[in-house]
Amino acid sequence: MTRSFVAGLVFAVVAFGAPAFLDAQRSLDPARQGGSASPSARESAPIDLTGYWVSYVTENWRYRMVTPAKGEYRRIPASPAAVPIINAWDPSADERAGQQCKSYGAGAIMTVPGRLHITWQDANTLRIDTDAGTQTRLFRFSARPSSPRTRPSWQGESTARWEPVAAPDKGGSLRVVTSNLRAGYLRKNGVPYSERATVSEHFDIAPLPDGGELLLVTTIVDDPVYLNAPYVVSPHFKKEPDGSKWDPTPCSSRW
Amino acid sequence: MKTRRVILGLLLVALGARTVFTQAGPAVLPSQFEFAGSWAPIGTEDVQNDSVPVDYLGLALTEDARTRALSYDESQKSMVERQCQGWGAAYAVLGPFGLRISSRSDPATNRVVSYSIDAWEDWNEMTIWMDDRPRPSVNALHTQAGFTLGRWEGGALAARTTHIKAGFIRKTGVPLSDQATIDWRFFRHGDVLTVLMVARDPVYLVEPEIISKGFRLSKVPLDYRDPCVPGFEGREPGDSVPHFPPDENPFLDEFMKLYNLPREAVLGYRDTLYPEYRKKIKDTYVPPPPCSADCGVAGNFVRRRGPTP
Repeated sequence: MTRSFVAGLVFAVVAFGAPAFLDAQRSLDPARQGGSASPSARESAPIDLTGYWVSYVTENWRYRMVTPAKGEYRRIPASPAAVPIINAWDPSADERAGQQCKSYGAGAIMTVPGRLHITWQDANTLRIDTDAGTQTRLFRFSARPSSPRTRPSWQGESTARWEPVAAPDKGGSLRVVTSNLRAGYLRKNGVPYSERATVSEHFDIAPLPDGGELLLVTTIVDDPVYLNAPYVVSPHFKKEPDGSKWDPTPCSSRW
Repeated sequence: MKTRRVILGLLLVALGARTVFTQAGPAVLPSQFEFAGSWAPIGTEDVQNDSVPVDYLGLALTEDARTRALSYDESQKSMVERQCQGWGAAYAVLGPFGLRISSRSDPATNRVVSYSIDAWEDWNEMTIWMDDRPRPSVNALHTQAGFTLGRWEGGALAARTTHIKAGFIRKTGVPLSDQATIDWRFFRHGDVLTVLMVARDPVYLVEPEIISKGFRLSKVPLDYRDPCVPGFEGREPGDSVPHFPPDENPFLDEFMKLYNLPREAVLGYRDTLYPEYRKKIKDTYVPPPPCSADCGVAGNFVRRRGPTP
């Protein structure tokens, strides 16, 4: 009786545990993702995000296209801890401290009016360059080799994965989670997010009736320090045929 | 007995390993998602600003649209015959309410025939037909909600609304004609529903009006079905329709002055929707004075901690 249980156990471990473990190892191994064993993130992309995209500012215009009044944070669920920071916003102080890019971090950069240039940096890293603030975001699809925790940065560290639609349908979505951020602003006028903030995004593409394409970025910023609730926005971008309108500009703490 | 417990434990470990390790692989989206339910507005995006008169920010209007919008007087909504007129289909994402969605299935095939987004006090029920029925004749009845056909596409629900009754795309009187078409795409990511609206109008829009709005799955059913009951608001039936000559709108500068906004942006010129415009006004724009009233939260947030001041 005991022998048959042991046999069953061995079978269960081999049948359920080991294949899953090996599959997971394969999916986490960058070399294999780029090799022939399994397709790389670039090869397995269910949607094509590459190219030039331009912000189409039909929402939150007053908060994005111009610098809002100091002290205004409407529609942002700011916590009590955020309010003194909002009211103390001083762009000159940010300039003096070399922090002109505080409103260009991952928590806000997709809402800054400008253009995106999306390319593959390598087979498993999607790269987004922005001309506004000349920022670069790297979306890594494979686990990075273990290394000491890097210093927080404006764009943080982003892990990405495709969410393809079940066959036989085509399409899907890109999910990105970003953390290890340097503290920044959700809006130009100093509404803060902290280094503990996490930015979760879904990148989706929709066809436009005129034949163009629209990139929709559903963005959820969660911050246990300066937000009472998740801050959710969904900026959108129109696809452009080329980079002829690409116009890099440096960060500005005032504009 | 002890051996059995050990074996049972190891079995659970093995199954657990499968669960944990398989999460590292790609997540596959279903080709369809559960659309029915109550979706509460998240309220962190501003698509209508403050509904201050003569606010056409974020729109690309034709001259005809601008002229008609400038002639609009909000007192029109005080007329008994217009109080319950309601707003058109676009108000699904422009209004402050959530979406209560139900489905109807064919009893024989159990396939979904339609989804319905319930009415609000000032918005009519909208039906999304999923059965590929033919679109009505162009001369068929046009209604506030219009006629909508939907289909599943790339893991999202895509739909197109036609047969819209002439109405408005902004509460500040910006018109939308009965020739307008609205394309919708509903994306679900976990408990967040993002609704993308692309409204085209050959009469009043130079470029599509594109709005995306977030909703969160509600644990309690939403119910906004209070009936609209017209009442006397100072205007007798048969009184003239309140309006302004377009070049004499007394509110022309109100929104502009409130936030020091450029006139062409407030009046809905196309160029103001692109990043180049931001660079154009960089050296002339003067920010408004520090906020002194109503500076904080407005919207329907799901609070996580204590009250926000």
